[in-house]
Amino acid sequence: MLWHALTLQLGYNATLVTLGAMLLGVAAGVTGTFLFLRKRALVSDAISHATLPGVGIAFIIMVVLGGDGRSLIGLMLGSAASAWIGLLCIGFLTRRTRLAEDAAIGAVLSVFFGIGIVFLTYIQTMSEGRQAGLEGFLLGSTAGMLYSDAVIIAVGGAAVLLAVIAFRRPLSAIAFDPEFAASSGLNVPRLDLIMMGLVMAITVVGLKIVGLILIVALLIIPPVTARFWSERVTGVLWVAGVVGGVAGYVGAALSAIAPALPTGPVIVLVLFAMFALSLLFAPARGVLAAVLKHLSFQKRVHVRQGLLALAQGQPIYEKLTLRLLQRSGLARADGVPTPDGKARAAKALRDERRWQMARSREEFALAATFYDGLTEIEGVLTSDQISELDRLIGAPQGVPV
Amino acid sequence: MMGEEFVALSLTPILIGTLAAIACALPGNFLLLRRQALIGDAISHVVLPGIVVAFLITGVVSAVPMMLGAAGAAVVAVVMIEAIRRLGKIEPGAAMGVTFTAMFAGGVLLLEQSDTSTVHLDVEHALFGNLESLIWLDATGWASLWDMEALAYLPVELPRLGAVLFVVILFTWIYWRPLKISTFDEGFAQSVGIRTGALGFALVIVAALAAVAAFDAVGSIIVIAMFICPPAAARLMTNSLSVQVAWSVLFATLSAVLGYVFAGYGRLWFGAENSVSAAGMIAAVSGLILALTAVFGPHRARSGAPAEG
Repeated sequence: MLWHALTLQLGYNATLVTLGAMLLGVAAGVTGTFLFLRKRALVSDAISHATLPGVGIAFIIMVVLGGDGRSLIGLMLGSAASAWIGLLCIGFLTRRTRLAEDAAIGAVLSVFFGIGIVFLTYIQTMSEGRQAGLEGFLLGSTAGMLYSDAVIIAVGGAAVLLAVIAFRRPLSAIAFDPEFAASSGLNVPRLDLIMMGLVMAITVVGLKIVGLILIVALLIIPPVTARFWSERVTGVLWVAGVVGGVAGYVGAALSAIAPALPTGPVIVLVLFAMFALSLLFAPARGVLAAVLKHLSFQKRVHVRQGLLALAQGQPIYEKLTLRLLQRSGLARADGVPTPDGKARAAKALRDERRWQMARSREEFALAATFYDGLTEIEGVLTSDQISELDRLIGAPQGVPV
Repeated sequence: MMGEEFVALSLTPILIGTLAAIACALPGNFLLLRRQALIGDAISHVVLPGIVVAFLITGVVSAVPMMLGAAGAAVVAVVMIEAIRRLGKIEPGAAMGVTFTAMFAGGVLLLEQSDTSTVHLDVEHALFGNLESLIWLDATGWASLWDMEALAYLPVELPRLGAVLFVVILFTWIYWRPLKISTFDEGFAQSVGIRTGALGFALVIVAALAAVAAFDAVGSIIVIAMFICPPAAARLMTNSLSVQVAWSVLFATLSAVLGYVFAGYGRLWFGAENSVSAAGMIAAVSGLILALTAVFGPHRARSGAPAEG
C-alpha cells in the first residue's frame, strides 16, 4: 500500500494531489527561503490565519448567489482577498503605530482567525452549510476530493513554482542585502510586495491540502533545514526546494493510504524529521559535527599541555591528558615519556620559547597575532625567520650536566 | 434577560471569559514590551499535544492530568525553541515556527490516530473552546449566589481560573519593580542585581500557566487574542506602564463581556437563526478595540517620530 502510494498508483486524483503537493512544497521551500533571509518568517503565519474569514464570506456569498458554495476556486479567491486585507492591517499597524511587527502579526492572526470562526459557526447554522466541510480548511484534507479540485491544486502548485522561479534573482538580491539591491536600482518595497503575494498564493493553494494552521510550516521549516547544509543563497534555495518537495510528495502519499492520517500534519512531521536529522548530522553546522570539533580541539589542548609538562619534568595529574598521550604513544601509563614523546616534548617547549620571543619583537608583531597555544609555528613563519628567532634566543643556558 | 435565565446560562460563561481574558492580558503587557508577543501563539499551539498525551496516558478527560500535560508541553516547547536557536544558530522567530508547527502537527496526528470518538476531545474544541457550555444549571436566580448548595455545582473552570488569575496578579504585584526595570532596560536591571534570565523565564512560565488554564476553558483563539490585543491597544493609550496595565484589564473585560453578549444575543438583534462562536466573537471585539485605538489612540505614534504621510 505504501509502495503503491509512493509510486503514484492510487488513482488519478491521489496522483494529482501528490504531484500538486510536491510542486507546492518546492515553491513554498524556495519562497520561504526569501522570507527567512528577510527575517520575516512569522508574517506567513498571520497571512495563513487571515484567510479564514475570506473562506467563510466567499461561501456565504456563493450560497446567496445560488451556488452550493463549495467551489474551490471561489473559496480560494475569497481567502486571497482576506489574506491581502490582513497583510495591509499588519503594514498599517507597524508603520502608523508604535507597535512592533510581532505584536501586529499576533493581533492580525488571532483577530482574523476569530472572525473566521464566527463565520464558520454561522455557516454551520445555515441549511446549506451543514455539509460544507469548511473545517477541512483548518487542517487540510484530501479525502473525498473532487477531480476538479485536484486539478486546481496541481495547476496552482505549478503556477506558483513558475512565478517563484521567474522572480528568484531580484528576490535573492533583496533577501541577502536590501541596501545594495536598492542602490542597484531594484524597487525593494515592490519586490517585498511580490514576495508577500507569493506567500499568499502558496497559502491559498495549500489551504485544501495542508490547512491554514500548518501551512506556515511549509514556508519556515525547509529554509531552516537548508541553512544547515549550505552557506550560500543558491545552495539554501536548492536544498529548501528539494526538502519542501520531498515532504510534500511523501506526506501526501502517506496520508492517502489511511483515513486517519490528515495530510497537513503528516507533511509537517515529514518536514520536521528532515529538520531534526539536519540539526543533528549536517556537516559543519550540525550538532554532531560541533561535538566532534569540540572533542578534537580538547584533545589538541590536552596533548599540547601534556607535552609541555613532560618537557619541564612536571608530573601529569590530569587523567585525560595522560590517556591521550599514552594513546598517541608519547608516554607510558605512569607518565614517563617514550623516546618519541621526549622528542615531541622538547620540540613543543622549544616552539613555545620561539613564540615567546616572536611576541616580544616588533618585527614579528603580525605573526605573533596567530599565537593561540596550538598553532604550529612552522605554519606561520618561514624557516629563515625561525632560525632568526633561534639566534635571538641563543644557545641552551643553565643545562645541568 | 436579567433574571434567572441570565444567572444560570450567561453569568458563569461571562465571568469565566473575563477571568481568562484578564489572566492572559496581564503577562501579555510585559511580553508585548519585550518583543515576545508571539510566545502566547506558540504556547497555545503546543498545548494540544500535551493534552492529548495526558489523555492517552490516563484514559480519561479530566482537568488535572490535562493541565499537567499542557504545562509539560509548554516547557518542552520553550526548551526546544532555545535549543534550536542556540544549537542551530537560527533566529528566534523561525525557531518558534519550527517548534510549534511540529508539535501541533504531532498533537493532531496523535488525536486522529487514537480512539477519542467516545470522549469530547477534538481539534475544533481545542481551537474554539466551548464557553457556551460552561453553564450553571443549579442556579435559580441571583439568590443562588448566596446558596452554598448551588455554589457547589458551579462549573469547576470558574474557581480554577480564579485561582490562576490570583497567582498571575500576585506574580505581577510582587515582581512589579524588577519586571518593569528589566523590561525597559535589561543592562541596568542586571547592574542593580536583578537576575533577568530567571525573571524572563518565570514570566514565560506564568504566561504558560495563564494560557493553559484559559485554554482549558475557552480554547486557544481567546488565549492568543488576549495575550496581544488588549495590551497592544492599551499601549496606544498611554506612556505609563501602570496605566497601560489598567487599560489592558479594562479592554480585556470589555472584549469578553461584549463578545459573549454579541455572540449569544446577536441572534435576537441581527435575526440569525442560532448563536455564533463566543470565543471567535471575543477575539473579534478585541480586534475592533485595537483598530479603534490604532486610529484614535492618543499615543499611537512612536514618541518623537513625526506622523507618517
